[in-house]
Amino acid sequence: MQRVDLFPTHEYGGYKLRAGRPYPFGATVIGNAVNFSIYSRYATDCTLVLFHNHDKTPFLEIPFFKEFRLGNVFSMMVFDLDYENIEYGYRMDGPFDPQQGHRFDKTKILMDPYAKLIAGRDVWGKEPDWVNNYQYRSRVVFDDFDWENDLPLETPVNDLVIYEMHVRNFTCGANSGVKHPGTFAGIAERIPYLKKLGVNCIELMPIHEFDEFENSRPAPDGHTLYNFWGYSNVGFFAPKAAYASTGKYSMQVDELKNLIKKLHSEGIEVILDVVFNHTAEGNENGPYISYRGIDNKTYYMLTHDGYYFNFSGCGNTLNCNNPNVRDMIVESLRYWVTDYHVDGFRFDLAAILGRDQNGYPMANPPLLESLAHDPILGKTKLIAEAWDAGGLYQVGSFPSWGRWAEWNGKFRDAVRRFVKGDEHVLDDVKERITGSADLYASANRGIKASVNFVTAHDGFTMMDLVSYNGKHNDANGEGNRDGDDNNNSWNCGWEGESTDIGTNFLRHKQIKNFISILMTSQGIPMVLSGDEIGNTQYGNNNAYCQDNEISWIDWNNLEKNADLFNYFQKIIKFRRQHRALRYEYHLGHSDWRNLGMPDFSWHGVKAWQPWNTYNNLTQAFMLNGRYADSDGKPDDFIYVAMNMHWDMHGFELPQLPDGLKWHVFANTAMAAPQDICEPGYEILLDNQWEVLVEARSIMILVGK
Amino acid sequence: MAIDVYKMGAALDSSNASDIQKEILAVLDKEKSIILDMTDCSYVSSAGLRVMLYSYKIAAAKGNKVYLVGVSDEVRDVMSMTGFEKFFEFFNSVDEVKE
Repeated sequence: MQRVDLFPTHEYGGYKLRAGRPYPFGATVIGNAVNFSIYSRYATDCTLVLFHNHDKTPFLEIPFFKEFRLGNVFSMMVFDLDYENIEYGYRMDGPFDPQQGHRFDKTKILMDPYAKLIAGRDVWGKEPDWVNNYQYRSRVVFDDFDWENDLPLETPVNDLVIYEMHVRNFTCGANSGVKHPGTFAGIAERIPYLKKLGVNCIELMPIHEFDEFENSRPAPDGHTLYNFWGYSNVGFFAPKAAYASTGKYSMQVDELKNLIKKLHSEGIEVILDVVFNHTAEGNENGPYISYRGIDNKTYYMLTHDGYYFNFSGCGNTLNCNNPNVRDMIVESLRYWVTDYHVDGFRFDLAAILGRDQNGYPMANPPLLESLAHDPILGKTKLIAEAWDAGGLYQVGSFPSWGRWAEWNGKFRDAVRRFVKGDEHVLDDVKERITGSADLYASANRGIKASVNFVTAHDGFTMMDLVSYNGKHNDANGEGNRDGDDNNNSWNCGWEGESTDIGTNFLRHKQIKNFISILMTSQGIPMVLSGDEIGNTQYGNNNAYCQDNEISWIDWNNLEKNADLFNYFQKIIKFRRQHRALRYEYHLGHSDWRNLGMPDFSWHGVKAWQPWNTYNNLTQAFMLNGRYADSDGKPDDFIYVAMNMHWDMHGFELPQLPDGLKWHVFANTAMAAPQDICEPGYEILLDNQWEVLVEARSIMILVGK
Repeated sequence: MAIDVYKMGAALDSSNASDIQKEILAVLDKEKSIILDMTDCSYVSSAGLRVMLYSYKIAAAKGNKVYLVGVSDEVRDVMSMTGFEKFFEFFNSVDEVKE
């Protein structure tokens, strides 16, 4: 059957037209027509502007006739467009009255907020033609892709080991060995490495289209500083073209989909770091890219006199709880799940998503509630960075409806302090190791709400955390004023890189202590990519602008720090083999099933006596594997002795049920390869009553 | 083996995708496999990749094949990165296919 509503009714400039379908917004191919639809509450007129690819001047501008407007939506079908070879934009007419929130300017050509393909920054670092008055250019996407039988993996959230990474950092550095460095294709080439490491989820720092040239400038030493991390969206529906080796052919959509399909086939999920708190348009002095010229008052939170609220620290704040902006965000997330099979999202500065249109925090923010209950996103991981730059800090109180997890910044701070030898943090550390019940036991959230991490892109890498007392951000060109001063770091006796064997051994040991605690804690562990090979940023704790060796992972360290990679690999495998380390809900700390011992118990240097000794720097815990049975098969007992004190101490071991013996899995005090075993091949302890734990060391035992 | 050869021009993109698709389908409709001789073709666009994959799907549904001959390194690399490569068998020459 042929449809009867696909005949042209109008003609303009040689192209046949008819009234479009208002929904969906954006550009959609329907038969031999492209349906263009755009919403603006306050615009009085709209014109579709068509370019041949890369041309500075349009070949045609088609006004939306009166009959092409329904409510506040302009929509029109244009027939027989060679849409692979055109770029499109809009001119919007309406009031320019900033005090009232309106900034219409029909001299500007505006990108479609729903553009699924954006041209203009197709090759990374290629200087743009700034004279061109249409910089970020909407295109019509080929949205068909042969996924075969692929779907989001729906790995239980408590089984994840997340690996946070940046597309360029991962393969631009020395010895990455890939054919296409800095691209989605480059990541695909390194999937065997990810498999070997054992992570089952990558979290990609922003991959929505952004402009690396936003605020680009020369550094003190002359090299160019970029908007490298990309926390500044141009569009919410399009992948970053220059992250695709095929971006120059506008095939970034297929290249990213192919990467995700390949990762899924190896059991690796993909979480996107999404930035819905602001756009790249900045404040009133910023450029017209799209939103400002299409419907400023809809898209942005404005003060009563029309200036931009700045809860993001980036000049403007997206008006997330305006119903239409809310719809755009939901549409965007659904699109990434349905069309890209993305497994989850990490929301940058997510506290902003809970602010009302005047900037006040809401008790039940409609956007967050919509996402928690959305049918398409029903099994999608939702992770909040539960704070914003306006001072709202919601770790533990982020509105969740039992669906939202959070980056647990308190885990990071407590564990860093404990491992460096801070004697005031033990009670806090105990909360963090057991899944932060103080934060997440209520509201049906559970352990699965806590994303635990020691390092993330913000701040020191793990090697720098044990090599620098203070940040060294001079290369950022801000006189070392940028970046966090509160790092809880310790340089192990020497600031910066060292050739001293003892210092370097201690640093490696501290890194192994960190990863040991992270991987044996309850909650979802997240590892910063490169930490597993001791990647350094030379003390820079805010490398957002450094597209060079400061940020890029130097893969020569894989050989140089082989002991670290080996330790990470084995302890990740250990975690994935032991259900006792991956509970979904908080433990009872009691023997509530009458299995002979509690599900979880604290111990001190004396078994069953978790009293605070040695400056509050000695503590052990035991997981009773009989509580972590699956299919009737109990897990092993796991005992972790942490001695962050500067002297060696003996730890009396809790006695196991008859027939079980303690075996050593890991001892961070030992030099490689004696520091850690292949999981399942742990070494029987001669002395079943006590272990000696060296200064600043962790031992992990298995009772089996 | 019932097989025809289709000689591709310098580019396969939206300017000719529709016509080429029809010509390939005409061969496949005759219950034949097809060799796409890409020796002279230095550029395949998104639309072109879809012509190739659509042809593969139609052929496969009929139990026939689409063989690619003389694909340049650049085009093959693009096919690899975008996920289109895995559906095809690649050959250096038409004779190699027929052997």
